[in-house]
Amino acid sequence: MSAATVGARPAGSRVLNRIVIYGLLLVFALVYLIPFFVMLVTSLKTMPEIQNGNMLALPKDPTIQPWIKAWGEACVGLTCEGIHGYFWNSIKMVVPAVAISTLLGALNGYVLTKWRFKGHKLVFGLMLFACFIPFQSVLLPMATVLGQFGQLGKVFTNAFGMNLGFGNSTVNLVFVHVVYGLGFTTLFFRNYYEAFPTELVKAAMVDGAGFFQIFRRVLLPNSLPIIVVTVIYQFTNIWNDFLFASSYAGSGDVMPMTVALNNVVNTSTGVVEYNVNMAAAMIAALPTLLVYILAGRYFVRGLMAGAVKG
Amino acid sequence: MTSIVTDRMQTPERATQRKSLRARLQEWLPKIVLAPSFAITLFFVYGFILWTIYLSFTKSKAFPSYTLTDARAYQRLWRWTFESNPPSSWYTSITNMVIFGVLYIVFCLAIGLFLAILLDQKIRGEGVLRPIYLYPMALSFIVTGVAWKWFLDPGLGLEQTMHQWGWTSFHFDWIKNKDYVIYTVVIAGVWQASGFIMAMFLAGLRGIDSEIIKASQIDGASPIQLYRRIIIPLLRPVFLSALIVLAHMAIKSYDLVVALTSGGPGGSAWLPSNFMYEYTFKRNEMAVGSASAVIMLATMSAIIVPYLYSELREKNR
Amino acid sequence: MRKILMASAILAATALSAHAEDVKEVQMLHWWTSGGEAAALNVLKQDLAKEGYTWKDVPVAGGGGDAAMTALKAMVAAGNPPTASQMLGYTVLDYAEAGKMGDLTETAVAEGWDKAVPAALQKFSVYNGKWVAAPVNVHSVNWLWINKAVMDKIGGTEPKNFDEFVALLDKAKAAGVTPLALGGQNWQEATMFDSIVLSTGGPEFYKKAFNDLDEDALKSDTMKKSFDNLAKLKDYVDPNFSGRDWNLATAMVIKGDALVQVMGDWAKGEFKAANKEPGVDFLCYRFPGTDGSVIYNSDMFGMFDVPENQKAAQIALAKATLSKSFQSAFNVVKGSVPARTDVPDTAFDACGKKGIADLKAANDGGTLFGSLAQGYGAPPAVANAYKDVVSKFVHGQITTSDEAVNQLVQAINDAK
Repeated sequence: MSAATVGARPAGSRVLNRIVIYGLLLVFALVYLIPFFVMLVTSLKTMPEIQNGNMLALPKDPTIQPWIKAWGEACVGLTCEGIHGYFWNSIKMVVPAVAISTLLGALNGYVLTKWRFKGHKLVFGLMLFACFIPFQSVLLPMATVLGQFGQLGKVFTNAFGMNLGFGNSTVNLVFVHVVYGLGFTTLFFRNYYEAFPTELVKAAMVDGAGFFQIFRRVLLPNSLPIIVVTVIYQFTNIWNDFLFASSYAGSGDVMPMTVALNNVVNTSTGVVEYNVNMAAAMIAALPTLLVYILAGRYFVRGLMAGAVKG
Repeated sequence: MTSIVTDRMQTPERATQRKSLRARLQEWLPKIVLAPSFAITLFFVYGFILWTIYLSFTKSKAFPSYTLTDARAYQRLWRWTFESNPPSSWYTSITNMVIFGVLYIVFCLAIGLFLAILLDQKIRGEGVLRPIYLYPMALSFIVTGVAWKWFLDPGLGLEQTMHQWGWTSFHFDWIKNKDYVIYTVVIAGVWQASGFIMAMFLAGLRGIDSEIIKASQIDGASPIQLYRRIIIPLLRPVFLSALIVLAHMAIKSYDLVVALTSGGPGGSAWLPSNFMYEYTFKRNEMAVGSASAVIMLATMSAIIVPYLYSELREKNR
Repeated sequence: MRKILMASAILAATALSAHAEDVKEVQMLHWWTSGGEAAALNVLKQDLAKEGYTWKDVPVAGGGGDAAMTALKAMVAAGNPPTASQMLGYTVLDYAEAGKMGDLTETAVAEGWDKAVPAALQKFSVYNGKWVAAPVNVHSVNWLWINKAVMDKIGGTEPKNFDEFVALLDKAKAAGVTPLALGGQNWQEATMFDSIVLSTGGPEFYKKAFNDLDEDALKSDTMKKSFDNLAKLKDYVDPNFSGRDWNLATAMVIKGDALVQVMGDWAKGEFKAANKEPGVDFLCYRFPGTDGSVIYNSDMFGMFDVPENQKAAQIALAKATLSKSFQSAFNVVKGSVPARTDVPDTAFDACGKKGIADLKAANDGGTLFGSLAQGYGAPPAVANAYKDVVSKFVHGQITTSDEAVNQLVQAINDAK
């Protein structure tokens, strides 16, 4: 329901009003689009045109060569196979991390609203405040812990012939992102479930449903909006993370997209191929852009359904 | 709000007397489910905070050292705090944090709310406009930093474009100016986050009960009065959520400064997070870096904890 | 929890040494991701492949190695150091002091590195008598890079001292060319200031102030004069210099938009990449008044304390790095000069030949000094404090040379 649903005003001023509103929205849209526009046109220009031309001008002689190069030929360190291979590395990391942190957030939110215990507010407060820790300050202690995981992995390798995931760089990154994403996912779900009618939970209990049954049959089916919000939020943050990714998974076979992109873009010497850089940047951002564009509608709906309620 | 469900949880003694093992497990289950998350948070957040506090009292340089010394890291920060002529890097960082934090939050809220109100006027093409405002949030600054850097560069970007279009007196060189560079960081930051805030406000607006609005309109309120007196006050919870999101992004704005300004002229664009990273990892002065992290966290808690406290208390009523 | 982890660590360690098969792989952390540098490093990769070692690449670009050093710290903290990592000066010594580095002394003695590598480099590659790093190259910082066409147009000649340099810049200014191409980032400003101090105060003074950190030298009138000279040069910079990347400044010289850049010899790589020839398209002179001295920095491959079964691979890497053929091939591309003085200069261009000869002369004459701006004059804390002060002076937070000197002394004392 729109807050502006009801507006009964004279017809003339209404038309003027509409013009002003649309005008303002369009101006803002143009301003917001400038960086994207710059990136797009640059990625379609040749190097001489970039060096001598205007940043905002349309390409005189559009070429998709930079895109081809960024996709399949640009050098990431010593391997020059473009950035397409790093998609898979990122996906292997992002999907489990998002899934696990969302599920845990949902369970936490469920417990913190429907199965309250003494001190539940303190627990929630502590988890929420954890969102504010600067990641730079956890980098080294976390590395030490991950190193211990690696040692454990070697023990398991000797004992069972497999490391059970301990010491695997991708698993490490998933773990790190789950740990530092929990605060937000818990916040989202707690606020959502706070507004969820407790009567339904009670009714299910009377019917003899257990803890997990209630979660699965009563809450989860009604959680779609907030799941969308959480997944979008987590997906974007984890996909775009550079600090943890570069510190814990630098080598080629597990290197996530952001690190690869950074290696393409941040060259210390040589002619900077801005067109290739921009194309690579846009390719790397494609998944998050798609998520926002496709799920944008549900995003607002999800926020509406609870995430914004204090 | 405290429900019957929770009451039962709070008095397990009464129930346990003749409960089967299974039922008792059921009772403990919620806590068991929550426990790992909580334990992880305690160890990996609060444990690490304690570790950082400890390090700030040591002589840690390139690597952590565990021999305690006095509070010399804090003494240095204290001295740097009052060393404003010429400004120390720390002084620059904290003053920038105040400028950036206030402007970033205020502008994001204002633009976010403004756009949300506009979009909420039954706009055709909302589906196209909304992602345009939202997309900056989807991109990392590794990606957009270069584009912004160009755009703000007087020799390449806006200024040059205006000159080419004939407006030769146009001048915009903030990114090259030590006194103004922090405002360019604000611009890019607001660009990135305001769309997200817009989405939050839009959701808030759509969630308002239309009966309230109808009632006030019958009372003869003009649209502006309607927004000022009725709707915006109703959005209070959204303001608070937005504040939390923005505050945490402001504190963590590190990439923004690096990608856009690489520190700014003479380090004039630094934020405390840059200071901390620089001292911990680049200058091998881990004790000073840790001390600055502790001060950041302490300041944060001074702002956030009272808010959390009041919010969580309120819910109790 | 901790006990379990400890126990598991011990278990793992014993288990590992129990069946140690030699690892035929070198893991290499570096930030050489741009075309030319990567091509140069590829030579090493291929050399190692010939001996049956595979190359596991760990590139982390950004911030002139900042991101890579953060990643390295995390790897070492996790107890998983790479076989080797690109490192600079005092960083090697920091890691060595913390007991993280390996020991290559046996190989070094057998290969005669002690004699071939200049003593100034050994200060960083040898810790407590143990070889801990393999130097890859020697960069020298006190160079001028001049566009020859512009030079001819304004009728300039090689400046022999600072005043002549200023006169030359005046000529360019009169001709309407940007005289000095500078990137306004702190390390570039400080790199230029290194040369100014050497030119203003001479070799003895440079060493006293920037290698020994002698307080009297740091607050002397000579240092004040150096800051005044820096202020003079700042007048010849275009208004948009602030924040510019160094290679964009070099591009200004290449294109003829600017006359000269004061930069380390890596700038030559940019000229080469643009197909420019020394003597024909561009000129390389020593910074006026610094002929005979060399301010250096060097890329090193730090060798970590790796498990027994990776040592063979590490030694192979170190040997390949210091082999004469690689030293020549790599440095021709990179613009630097070999880290050993016995490599023939046949493959190098005129500037490279001069660089090699200068290095040898400076090494013999005791005028080879570490660059403070590049982290070879003092530990990172001091070097960065120094960069802060120089940069604040250039950008106007510090307004007078008196104040700059006071700030410099205080900042360095804070950081020591």
